[in-house]
Amino acid sequence: MTATELDIAAERDRFPEVFRGQGWPRRALMAGVIAYLFYLMWLFDFSRVFGGLPKAWTILRLMLDWTGFAGWDHAELWRSMLETIAMAYLGSVLAVVFAAPLGFLGARNLIPGRIFHFVTRRLFDGLRGLDQLIWALVFVRAMGLGPVAGIMAIAVVETGVLAKLFAEAVETIDRGQVDGIGATGGGFVARVRFGVLPQVLPTMIGQTLYTIEANTREATILGLVGAGGIGLRLSERIQINAWDQVAYSIVLILISVAAIDTISRFLRLRLIGEA
Amino acid sequence: MNRPSVDRPDPTSDPAYRLFVKQFGAVRRARLNRTLLTVAVALLLFVCAAAWTGFLPATIAAGLPRIGEYFGKLFSIQPKFSPVSMPVLALGHLTGGVREPQSVAYWFYRIGTYLSLLWQTIQMAILATVLGFTAAFVLSFPATSRFNNRYGIVFAIRRLLETMRSIPLIVLALILVWPFGIGPLAGVLAMAVHTAGSLGKLFCELNENADLRPVDGIRSTGGSWLAQIRLGAVPQVLPGFLSYALLRFEINVRSSTIIGFVGAGGIGQELKRVIGFNIYEEVSAICILILLVVVMIDLLSEQVRHRFIGSMS
Repeated sequence: MTATELDIAAERDRFPEVFRGQGWPRRALMAGVIAYLFYLMWLFDFSRVFGGLPKAWTILRLMLDWTGFAGWDHAELWRSMLETIAMAYLGSVLAVVFAAPLGFLGARNLIPGRIFHFVTRRLFDGLRGLDQLIWALVFVRAMGLGPVAGIMAIAVVETGVLAKLFAEAVETIDRGQVDGIGATGGGFVARVRFGVLPQVLPTMIGQTLYTIEANTREATILGLVGAGGIGLRLSERIQINAWDQVAYSIVLILISVAAIDTISRFLRLRLIGEA
Repeated sequence: MNRPSVDRPDPTSDPAYRLFVKQFGAVRRARLNRTLLTVAVALLLFVCAAAWTGFLPATIAAGLPRIGEYFGKLFSIQPKFSPVSMPVLALGHLTGGVREPQSVAYWFYRIGTYLSLLWQTIQMAILATVLGFTAAFVLSFPATSRFNNRYGIVFAIRRLLETMRSIPLIVLALILVWPFGIGPLAGVLAMAVHTAGSLGKLFCELNENADLRPVDGIRSTGGSWLAQIRLGAVPQVLPGFLSYALLRFEINVRSSTIIGFVGAGGIGQELKRVIGFNIYEEVSAICILILLVVVMIDLLSEQVRHRFIGSMS
């Protein structure tokens, strides 16, 4: 049985709201949005895209031409890559050391007090609100070029991120276990150690490992502002238009990040039993 | 003194109890050893890495005062013509006029430039998110094996998306500055490529979880592939798509504040300049403004997500 015009008209009468068109306000809104997007494209000079495409194609071709592979400074690139991983690890571990106590302090259910809670949370927001690259640039100005500035940048931002995550983990625990310790006469320290810590430790370990993974990605670019690692080599190679080595460095980054991800997944499985 | 009661035997003489104590102790010792070993390995790695990268206590001790000094200068504006270098930020000074070096008016005297740059930064993020969303939307359906049985195409698009999202954004921007010139265009394109890569993966996952019955229903009435996707799949997945896109927009706003470091437009270019010239009050002014904008966009986007997406799904 096929639907006739009559059936359709009947359905249209039964469900007018389904068959009604979108109406002019919505169409006008869509037109406005599209006009705005075209305005943005005009603003950012999108006509230059077509002029740039042949050049981009040339760069892509140069990137894929690895005939000079034997002559590249492999030792330097690999050393920088290792340095990047070391930076991520150092920064993350430092951040965990600072964030663990801060996380407990910022948890509403452990330390009551609205004003204190507000102040600690805004502090964490302030630390992670500015991008790592901005912190790195500031630390490079303050402490000089090199990986130390990068490590400090990672540690500062990641302290804010982890403290917030830890505080949230502590806030979602089961209250019963803590009360149980309190009922047997445990003080504040005992309640945290035996009531809170066993519940939040798996989450904290998991987040720490994620942090190390994420920071390995982040640390690869810190070198662009002089904060050490592979980013510095990458920007040097781009400056001298050595596109083949640029591609090689990117491949190195991808391999290292994948390796760290795998190690981290393995550790997560071993330590907290979930991937 | 614990004396065993008359009618209950001493539990320590019970072999089952002794076995329990022995095994419990062994398990506890094993766990303790494992924890200690993990911590020791982590610590050893830390020390080796610190020694190798030069992250030594001496270096930090030498650097910390300079950091303190730098941040002190950032947030306490020093009088230009005073020989005394003391922190001079006093509340009374803040309300002074433009001529007063410690006043808010002096601090933010280029607020017009900053605001127009910040607006450009946000617009870069908007355009990049829309372009990336469009590309990811178009690519995600042929990249889902349930909607497309040519597995070669599925595989090729998936690898393309993976490549697009795994190159670090700043590196991509730095590379794109060469063909497309210095300015916001390179930044927008880099963010758009990155957004397409990351959203594409998330969209594919949403497509995998979509209900196939509407799609099959439209196929059964003779609908074309496009009609199946448009009327069967899109209405289900669109709320999820938009939610992810808004999250991505927040990330893009953050990214667009720094993408100028490599000459790809936005407030980052100005920030890098003032940090380079050590114009302390401008550094802190821009940082405060960026912080405000990022927090505002996050709050706004959260509101929109809750209302708009909540009502749609």
